[in-house]
Amino acid sequence: MIRLEKRPMPSRTLPMITPVIAVIITMIAGGALFAVLGKDPIEAIRTIFWDPVFGEFAFYYRPQLLVKAAPLILIAIGLSLGFRAGIWNIGAEGQYIMGAITGAAVGLAFYPTESIFIFPLMVVAAAIGGWAWGMIPAFLKVRFGTNEILVSLMLVYVAQNLLSSMALGLLKNPEGMGFPGSRNIATNASTSSWINEAAGLHWGIVFAFIAVIFAYILLYRHILGFNIQLSGEAPRAARFAGVNPTRLILFCLGVSGALAGMAGLFEVAGPAGQIKIGFNVGYGFTAIIVAFLGRLHPVGIVLAAMLMALTYIGGELAQGTLGLPSAAIQVFQGMLLFFLLALDLLTNYRIAILPRRAF
Amino acid sequence: MDLSAINPVLLIASLMVAATPLLLAGIGELVVEKSGVLNLGVEGMMIVGAICGFAISVESGSPFVGLIAAMVGGAVLSLLFAFLTQYALANQVASGLALTLFGLGLSALMGQSYVGIKPPAMAKLDIPVLSDIPVLGPILFSHDPVLYVGIAIVAATWAFLKFSRAGLILRAVGESHDAAHALGYNVILVRCLAIMFGGACAGLGGAYISLIRVPQWTEGMTAGIGWIALALVVFASWKPWRVLLGAYLFGGISVLQLNLQAAGVAIPVEYLAMSPYLITILVLVIMSADKSSAPASLGRSFHASQ
Repeated sequence: MIRLEKRPMPSRTLPMITPVIAVIITMIAGGALFAVLGKDPIEAIRTIFWDPVFGEFAFYYRPQLLVKAAPLILIAIGLSLGFRAGIWNIGAEGQYIMGAITGAAVGLAFYPTESIFIFPLMVVAAAIGGWAWGMIPAFLKVRFGTNEILVSLMLVYVAQNLLSSMALGLLKNPEGMGFPGSRNIATNASTSSWINEAAGLHWGIVFAFIAVIFAYILLYRHILGFNIQLSGEAPRAARFAGVNPTRLILFCLGVSGALAGMAGLFEVAGPAGQIKIGFNVGYGFTAIIVAFLGRLHPVGIVLAAMLMALTYIGGELAQGTLGLPSAAIQVFQGMLLFFLLALDLLTNYRIAILPRRAF
Repeated sequence: MDLSAINPVLLIASLMVAATPLLLAGIGELVVEKSGVLNLGVEGMMIVGAICGFAISVESGSPFVGLIAAMVGGAVLSLLFAFLTQYALANQVASGLALTLFGLGLSALMGQSYVGIKPPAMAKLDIPVLSDIPVLGPILFSHDPVLYVGIAIVAATWAFLKFSRAGLILRAVGESHDAAHALGYNVILVRCLAIMFGGACAGLGGAYISLIRVPQWTEGMTAGIGWIALALVVFASWKPWRVLLGAYLFGGISVLQLNLQAAGVAIPVEYLAMSPYLITILVLVIMSADKSSAPASLGRSFHASQ
């Protein structure tokens, strides 16, 4: 008979091992999925996980890895702060869109002026845009006790509609011959987020690593990080210790909104190039998986984001060479989160195999 | 702009159609939450139900078989959630999100070969005399059968929760799982059954969109209705008849904004399309003041050792 026994102390090593096991199980289950779709599972897994980094054309794909990982890192770092405190911002996609819109709007307002001060202004505007969008659920939660999960998610749909309105109206390229979408801001040196496009380096990558360092210091060397952790694990104890939940909610949602907003700008002023309908490809949602897979730890998030970026690139590659449908990667990412959550059980419980009792 | 082009009778009739997916998903989630489980995967179960129903009815040629398949599909997906939260004791918020992300991907994968196909149509009710009554006929007596099934499910859920012994046990599990466990009820089993019911309802709601309301398959076609259904349960203060009321209210808003778009109101289409989501937020704000009717054990994991 198998039963679960609560561990006296949560395991310390397992949280670091379970993501790796989850990835391995996902690869096996994913291979089975690809086999069902009529693809050679081993070749599919190799195309997704091996070829982009070590394959024949790896020189082309390797730089893209950081380009795709950077927005995931930025957003997931912000989300992880809230998730640790039990504050569930799942509308990062909306904050990402809003940051892109406000940031790009500032850049477009200066067109065709050229100055090194424009880009920093755009970053600030994007951070404010994302922050403001994140503050809506935060404010409603602290003032009215509204569920932040539902509000932040509803705001994603609002932001998407706002994005199409901007692409078709206010921010539309006046010289675009009527096509929807703004001017391309990535090709203009003063508004582009590229540092070196050929090497796949843009400011988002720089900011992502700064965010990682700050998050690490905040979480492990600062009282605020301790308070965040405390509120998540023992809300009552946190209140007795004088932690102000209102300020924590405003802080966590505000920071994650600002980071998501900046990620949106770096994307729109770089790889995406312009404000257009559907420029957002769901990084805000994938970042949720990244945050969990990275154990809400800054370093873990970097590794998890690299892995997710790899599945994006490998997925595109497999689409081209094997005809694997793009949705297969989404299923793959969803499965990963499932296995991870299921394996988490082992951190707090241990599986005990008891001798069968005679009835 | 020509507001007179909006026919109030047709508006109410189409409002009821627009409200039905929301109603089905909402009443399912209500039962789940009454048992003390918060399943945020409604959107995922709906979209999987939508594609299961669509694919099976195209293959079999029968919309009824499709609807059954949608319920099975939603329930099977919800079993994943049940396993994660009830047996693996995973965080319910995270598991629900995982279910939605996985469901969206899975449905896109399954639906690839069904884009652009028309499903077999479902016959509408046509009662000789009743359906021909001027105003009441189109509103009350000439819809598809699923719409009436939806209302019947609400009535049945209300009666089940209020009058039956099993309903009492379900509510007990939701209010205090420890007390229910001490009384000898199988908390995990009750919750798993509730989750499966929620999955089946969400699946049916999804299939209603892809087979009857739209009817075609496009990726991500549920467009947040699953999330609005979650808000609907809060709006309804966990009371079945209020789910019906709320669903018709939301249905009314989405139909009205579509009608206003068609009538060419001076407000841009994008801003009208935002309105159901904005109104959901507004409703959440108004209803959040009173949390006393929420099941006391909502969102808490249960393990017999604790």
